[in-house]
Amino acid sequence: MALLEVNNLDVRFALRQGDVHALRDISFSLERGERLGIVGESGAGKSVAAFSLLNLIAKPGFIAGGTVTFDGQVLNRMSERGLRKVRGNRVSMIFQDPMMTLNPVLSIGEQMVECLKAHRRISSKEARAIALDKLQQVQIPSPETRLDQYPHELSGGMRQRIIIAIALLLDPDIIIADEPTTALDVTIQAEIMALLLDLCEQHNVGLILITHDLGVVSQVTQRMLVMYAGRVIEQGPTREIINDPQHPYTQGLINALPQMATPGEKLNQIRGSMPSLSNLPSGCAFHPRCDFINRADGQPRPACTQQVPEFVESGNCRVACHMVAELLEDRRLKEVTS
Amino acid sequence: MSAHAEAITDSHNPTPRQNEESADSLLQIRDLKKRFSLSGDFLDQLRFKGGKLVRHQEHVHAINGVNLDIKRGEALCVVGESGCGKSTVARTVMGLLTPTEGEIRYDGSRIDNLSSRQLLPYRKRMQMIFQNPYASLNPRMTIQQTLEEPLRLHHPDWKRPQILDKVEEVMRSVGIDPDWGKRFGHEFSGGQRQRIAIARALAVDPEFIVADEPISALDVSIQAQVLNLLMEAQQERNLTYLFITHDLAVVEHFGTRVAVMYLGTVCEIATTATLFDKPRHPYTQALLSAIPRLKDDRPQHIRLTGEVPTPVNLPSGCVFHGRCPHANARCKQEIPVLQTQDDGTRVACHAVEEGRL
Amino acid sequence: MSMTPNSTASAPPSRWARLRDSYMWHSFKRDYTAQLCLAVFICMVIAAFASPLLAPTNPYDLSQIDIMSSELPPFWIDGADDRFALGTDAQGRDLWSIVLYGTRVSLLIGFGAVILQALLGVTFGLMAGYLGGRVDTLLMRLADIQLSFSTLMVAIVVGALVKATMGSAFYSQYAVMMLILIIGLAEWPQYARTVRASVLAEKNKEYVDAARVMGLRSKRIMFRHVLPNTMSPIFVISTVQIANAIISEAALSFLGLGMPETHPSLGSLIKSGFDYIQSGSWWITLIPGAVLVVLVLSINLLGDWLRDVMNPRLYKG
Repeated sequence: MALLEVNNLDVRFALRQGDVHALRDISFSLERGERLGIVGESGAGKSVAAFSLLNLIAKPGFIAGGTVTFDGQVLNRMSERGLRKVRGNRVSMIFQDPMMTLNPVLSIGEQMVECLKAHRRISSKEARAIALDKLQQVQIPSPETRLDQYPHELSGGMRQRIIIAIALLLDPDIIIADEPTTALDVTIQAEIMALLLDLCEQHNVGLILITHDLGVVSQVTQRMLVMYAGRVIEQGPTREIINDPQHPYTQGLINALPQMATPGEKLNQIRGSMPSLSNLPSGCAFHPRCDFINRADGQPRPACTQQVPEFVESGNCRVACHMVAELLEDRRLKEVTS
Repeated sequence: MSAHAEAITDSHNPTPRQNEESADSLLQIRDLKKRFSLSGDFLDQLRFKGGKLVRHQEHVHAINGVNLDIKRGEALCVVGESGCGKSTVARTVMGLLTPTEGEIRYDGSRIDNLSSRQLLPYRKRMQMIFQNPYASLNPRMTIQQTLEEPLRLHHPDWKRPQILDKVEEVMRSVGIDPDWGKRFGHEFSGGQRQRIAIARALAVDPEFIVADEPISALDVSIQAQVLNLLMEAQQERNLTYLFITHDLAVVEHFGTRVAVMYLGTVCEIATTATLFDKPRHPYTQALLSAIPRLKDDRPQHIRLTGEVPTPVNLPSGCVFHGRCPHANARCKQEIPVLQTQDDGTRVACHAVEEGRL
Repeated sequence: MSMTPNSTASAPPSRWARLRDSYMWHSFKRDYTAQLCLAVFICMVIAAFASPLLAPTNPYDLSQIDIMSSELPPFWIDGADDRFALGTDAQGRDLWSIVLYGTRVSLLIGFGAVILQALLGVTFGLMAGYLGGRVDTLLMRLADIQLSFSTLMVAIVVGALVKATMGSAFYSQYAVMMLILIIGLAEWPQYARTVRASVLAEKNKEYVDAARVMGLRSKRIMFRHVLPNTMSPIFVISTVQIANAIISEAALSFLGLGMPETHPSLGSLIKSGFDYIQSGSWWITLIPGAVLVVLVLSINLLGDWLRDVMNPRLYKG
């Protein structure tokens, strides 16, 4: 059994217009030391997914069905007390905004020591030694002085390093990173991502990386999920999805990147925009934006507009699209003819 | 601080090449400097030091002597990381900020010292697109009102049907259904809002557009739509762009020429193809290598050390020397000046000049 | 998460539909306190302004007053007179009529003063916030000075000055105007500060830059672009300020600095009955007192509700 298993997770938000389905039928698993990317645009539900793993979604959101199993324990049926033993200890989180985790009125050292002592029976001195060691691991210059500094005295990149150090404090099994580098500059982002990758490999820590940046996912993760409108629409090994995406949305997303087009030419855009979760189109949620929906006679395929697609196994990947087989066949034909 | 004085004198003698360029350029920026005071008003600046009352002022040096020429019909991209002064350049060009020193010339005449009334004719010729489509539309105005406002201001003689026609035309040209005019900005998605913001800029038929990170707040699939729209508009209306961004991948696709900025100075200007083919400045090289590419498995980027210095206390010499792998003693003391290479690229780097790189 | 309404439907919703779908309406429908308070407040306003129709007697008309029927108790106490449901005051005026008329005076002064405060405060606050620099410093110091005088002191000084120069007959004749002026002048800094704070937040938003880039004049940007976006805090403090103004007026009248006995407000009614509490005629003070409390309480509770609705941090989630 995998370290983390998510089965048919279903999350809703109770709003005044009625329940909004934020996540539908999410299933995936993570082995020890594996790195998984969750990719999607804003509104796809990727952050909700991250939060619901540790049962952290705030009201009006709630888990309406499915299970999150970590090391044999079902997290979403655990007591708050039991969950606290998992959160921060065996599974830690990194947020986009470091100030969400850092307390502005406590020094870095105090926060790290407090975190350690909350989960382990050790003296302050020992805790400080561990904290120092972790700061060295994240390659912060002059770590001893950092321990006595306050968050506002540090730059954005430095804060995010501290956050990674805090995430590593209790030698977790999994780190969930929600857009950890989005707020940072490109050069700093590259440094932080490289650091996170190195540390995860060194300590055999699993990583769930939530991001909108396909470039980052392709460089860091081994497997990935692509989300659209609260659903996973494609999952499989990262390389295969990046090199040979099968769902029309994933194809569109990758082809829309400026690096995929000839300079000066039009970019390959996906028309329209992500539907709001409270007003999803019928059938496949992507069908109004899909380029392949029309049959030869120009009419849309009834399956796409009426039926929610099931997952289809296609090679090592699973794709939620009615037309995977046809699309694959088309491409084979093209390859043969060319 | 003596090194800075040197740089000022250097930049006061424009090289002959700059004068050559001025002939066909629409916008010229000369020795532009912008400082922001951090010290509040006069009373806040007074401090006791050694028993004496001293006036103490601190400044953010946002731009330190920037020279740029934007040619008619091109898209000049200014790239850099946060705090490098790229947005300050854009806002100073648009007259939202007044420069501390330097000149801005539009079509041959100075515009940086004009009053807002004198600027009015230029407002019709140059427009701006902002970063955040969630903040750039007035939440209390309908789309129709938002788009009518610039037309009423700049064409006081137009009759109502003429204005309505123009609004409809400009809405169609950005792909927004004119029937949505009675709706408010918050009823649209981010991409649609950015289209409306573009429509507002295009409504007065400008010839020059400053776009300050116009796509960085948008999703990937929407970014492509908006970039395509901007490129279409450029072709149809023969627009000139000053395009501010932090994303080099976008620049490669969009820009005619690229200026790379670091801490308030331009460190390299080149045509897009040259810059991506052969980056000269060590910072440009690091920036290029940091773009997460889809096809390579492992990040092979140049690891920079150290942090970006604050623009409050600028480092002496080359602003990049603290993070540069090629820095030597000269870099720490002397400010490098932009120098033209044989292929027309202009680089401000001692290492390039000395042939060490 | 994006929960924006679907913008692909073609017909834009009407104003009424927007209101019906708004968070404000939704919250109002579920908040019974707010509904009750609004009902009470509206009833009181209607009753007060329809007082010439509702009141059995006109208390301003001396010919209708009979001193013989003074200090009659309300109907639930023995010795009540059928003609006077709530009894009479020391001058023999029907308490029901005089309370109606008094509420009207109080509301008039409350609204008038708040309109004056808002006019002054919003204009100054907008200018201080948007123009900044010296204008800001000057106006805000002026506000500080104004706030360091209490309403009472302003009232005493202005009252004394007017009475000394124009005579007290003139003062009583224009007492409503005078009180509006005094309370309006004394409290404008509340508005100015609130407006300035929200202008400072709004003016850095990009739509203001966009308006500047368009070439609009400062005046138009201030009133057409910035002001409509600072309306929520203005509405919220307006409710509090109306309640405050009514209380200020009552306090001034109670101290004899406000409305004269002949045209009493709720405050002067409380004052005039105060001397008779000891002699057993407690209703002359307590009935207008209760009306004042209910009026102010309902306004304040409405204000609380409005603040909760308009504070976006509480419902963004």
